[in-house]
Amino acid sequence: MYAFLWRHLPGPVYVKVLLAAVALALIVVLLFGWVFPWIEPLMPFSGNTVSQ
Amino acid sequence: MWAERARLATRTVGEILITLGITLFLFCAYQLFYTNVVADDAMRGEVADLHKQWAVQTPGPRSAMPATPGPFDSEDSQGRTGAAFAILHIPRLGGKSIPVVEGTNLDLLSRGVGHYKDSVRPGKVGNFAIAGHRKTHGEPFRYLDEMRAGDLIVVETADTWFTYRADRDPFIVDPTDLAVVAPVPDHPGRKPTQAKITLTTCNPWWASTERMIVTGTLVGQQPRAKGEPPALTVNAPKFQ
Repeated sequence: MYAFLWRHLPGPVYVKVLLAAVALALIVVLLFGWVFPWIEPLMPFSGNTVSQ
Repeated sequence: MWAERARLATRTVGEILITLGITLFLFCAYQLFYTNVVADDAMRGEVADLHKQWAVQTPGPRSAMPATPGPFDSEDSQGRTGAAFAILHIPRLGGKSIPVVEGTNLDLLSRGVGHYKDSVRPGKVGNFAIAGHRKTHGEPFRYLDEMRAGDLIVVETADTWFTYRADRDPFIVDPTDLAVVAPVPDHPGRKPTQAKITLTTCNPWWASTERMIVTGTLVGQQPRAKGEPPALTVNAPKFQ
């Protein structure tokens, strides 16, 4: 999978490294900003209130 | 050819598993670290905003408090959802100033502790009930289990300091035990004669199968103008 992605990144090696780093950073931002906050309420960590 | 395919498939599965592992690790970092950083910052902001707001308005007493309706009025009857209106200080848990916001949904609890909307305002006869995170998002009630009977809980509002004293050690109830936030705790339906406070949080850590409860009774109040109440200035027993 990663070898496939690497082959399909354009440009010389340093451009590939740069692109890969940017893509990784984007994915982390996406995870922390949207995906994790969305998953979080489904986890049993945060039932703080009493309710019916 | 066949061997080549098998190798590729195996490698791909392995890479996907490693990726999932790293993602899980990132989720742990998010829960354990990132949410606390964000929430601590938000809470500091809320407290600073409240102090600024309270410093500006110096009109007659109680003007900042809306008329208090009965203890179980409809939702949205007491203040705007999400608005911070008080600051909680618990000497036992350290010097942290925790903003109290209106409402208890999870979004709100990442900016402070949440006021059950059907419960009374601080200092009023009835039950001032608040919920807070035990884990993640600033975890204001992380060490709530270290509270002891007699510990003081201070609530700061626009014009008054209210001091409550914990009635008993923290105790555990079912998540559905609404009686703890009733106007008279444990006696739903009875008419209140005392001003109570109830803190709720999850128990145990990382599993919300139960709720941990601290209850207290109002023992004193003084206007803001008179400065911090003795509960905050006297060297109270501390955890940690």
